[in-house]
Amino acid sequence: MGEIFAYDFMVRALLAGLVAGLICPAVGVFLVLRRYAFMADTLAHVSLAGLALGMILGIFPSLTTLGVTLAAAVGVERLRATGRLHGEAVLALMLSTGLALAVVLISLVRGFNVDIMGYLFGSILTVSPADLLLILVVGAAAMLLLFLFYKELFFISFDEECARVAGLPVDRLNMLFILLVALTVSVATRVVGVLLVGALMVIPVLTGQLFAGSFRCLFRVSLVLGVTVCVCGLLFSYYLGTAPGGSIVLLAAAIFLLTQLFIAARRAWQRRRLVKGEEKLPLVKLGERTSGS
Amino acid sequence: MKPVVEVRDLFFSYGGELILEGINLSILPGDFLALMGPNGSGKTTLIRLILGLLKPLSGEIRLFGVPVQRFRQWHRIGYVPQKATSFDTRFPATVEEVVLSGRFGLLGLGRKPGREDRRAVEEALELVGMAGARHRVIGCLSGGQQQRVFIARALVGRPELLVLDEPVVGLDSRALDSFYSLLEHLNRDLGITLITVTHDTGAVAQRVSRVACINRRLVCCGAPSRVLTTANLSRLYGAPVRRVVHSHRVIDSTPWEGWFFRNNF
Repeated sequence: MGEIFAYDFMVRALLAGLVAGLICPAVGVFLVLRRYAFMADTLAHVSLAGLALGMILGIFPSLTTLGVTLAAAVGVERLRATGRLHGEAVLALMLSTGLALAVVLISLVRGFNVDIMGYLFGSILTVSPADLLLILVVGAAAMLLLFLFYKELFFISFDEECARVAGLPVDRLNMLFILLVALTVSVATRVVGVLLVGALMVIPVLTGQLFAGSFRCLFRVSLVLGVTVCVCGLLFSYYLGTAPGGSIVLLAAAIFLLTQLFIAARRAWQRRRLVKGEEKLPLVKLGERTSGS
Repeated sequence: MKPVVEVRDLFFSYGGELILEGINLSILPGDFLALMGPNGSGKTTLIRLILGLLKPLSGEIRLFGVPVQRFRQWHRIGYVPQKATSFDTRFPATVEEVVLSGRFGLLGLGRKPGREDRRAVEEALELVGMAGARHRVIGCLSGGQQQRVFIARALVGRPELLVLDEPVVGLDSRALDSFYSLLEHLNRDLGITLITVTHDTGAVAQRVSRVACINRRLVCCGAPSRVLTTANLSRLYGAPVRRVVHSHRVIDSTPWEGWFFRNNF
């Protein structure tokens, strides 16, 4: 079991996974609650265009990717803030445009290569020490921002208008949040790839929503689940030889399904107890005669 | 006495249409003002202008003497928004978390809520009678209970002015009664200035100190007995109006004493 840690690349992968598992659901909580879950997917698809742009211009791809992602994030937020377009419409517009742009640009570079595959499906096993440092820095920045503005983000996600009347700088906080999403997407893309970024940010949160009794509880559960699926998913992929990104998301989906089944089963069991317990409610069992009817 | 809210020559338009025309209104400390008018008359728009959510076409709005664009002491104002603009009921926030968020404007960016804030939450919940529901998820409460939680959220910053936008939609008669009793307590005993947008003419006649009738213009403004005449109401709603007032208070004398029924047609 211990030999896995002898491999440098696995240690780096586990650390990168840990960071992603922390910040993705942390940001994902606010996305899900604002009904903006597709924002992550949108930004991830748009980042592909950034990658292609970097490849064409010969600039370091990570920079162009992040730049395009941030620009798209700001663009989406501006469009949403005008209130003229529905949130989902804006995302659909951006996602398809970004993807189409990426496809066209990539065809100009003359076809797909390893870099692009890595972007689509995740390349956590090829995280270099420099990459890891970048991921750790971005992760730390994201966690710091979340720690500082946790209560404001909660208020805005719950009731934006009331937050505005309460004097919160809502527009600036929305912009901050969207930048936070962009940063998180860039880390998640590395771990699970563009196609699965949304899943990593959303599935742990959806699982938590099944049973969390308070917002604080939901937040903590989502983080725990995020870290668990990232680390365990990586370990599974190592021992089973499967793709790490997909393994992580499948594990998250499996946990969601199991939780859902467990809760449904518990509810059914509780209902049966309620019906059987005559002291609780004066229910008549089927087939039993009532006196004088 | 310096007015809490002062509106002068206010004009507002949206999409080329004039929504509010020449509104002049002064709300003094301790007032319990009801804003009435038909749907689309601009009542909610006026509220949103007063709260700085919208920018007027022309005219001036002052809060506690300060022009609204420069006003920063938002903790002095509590806002209970219209039910329709509400939240996702599946949002797993507890009553305590929701009410606590009313303190965030006061706390400022980056600071964590402390003991003082939690005590204020307790007091606010006691005031609205929801102290026992602290740990319940807000989506599991009834409409009336949720409304009370939002009022607690508006009160937790210990405001001097409370603004309620159509707060009684969906409340049954018993909840209505206790709701208005709460408002009266806040106004008379705690000295909070109240502005409420409402269609509920019955309650308005019995409980509030001033009525302002809006239908793009300020049709009339003053004490309820003076303002709520059939003629004024017809002018306001643009249609013949019959005023019916019910009282659901239980009285030990004859059953008809609790009811007064005015039929002017």
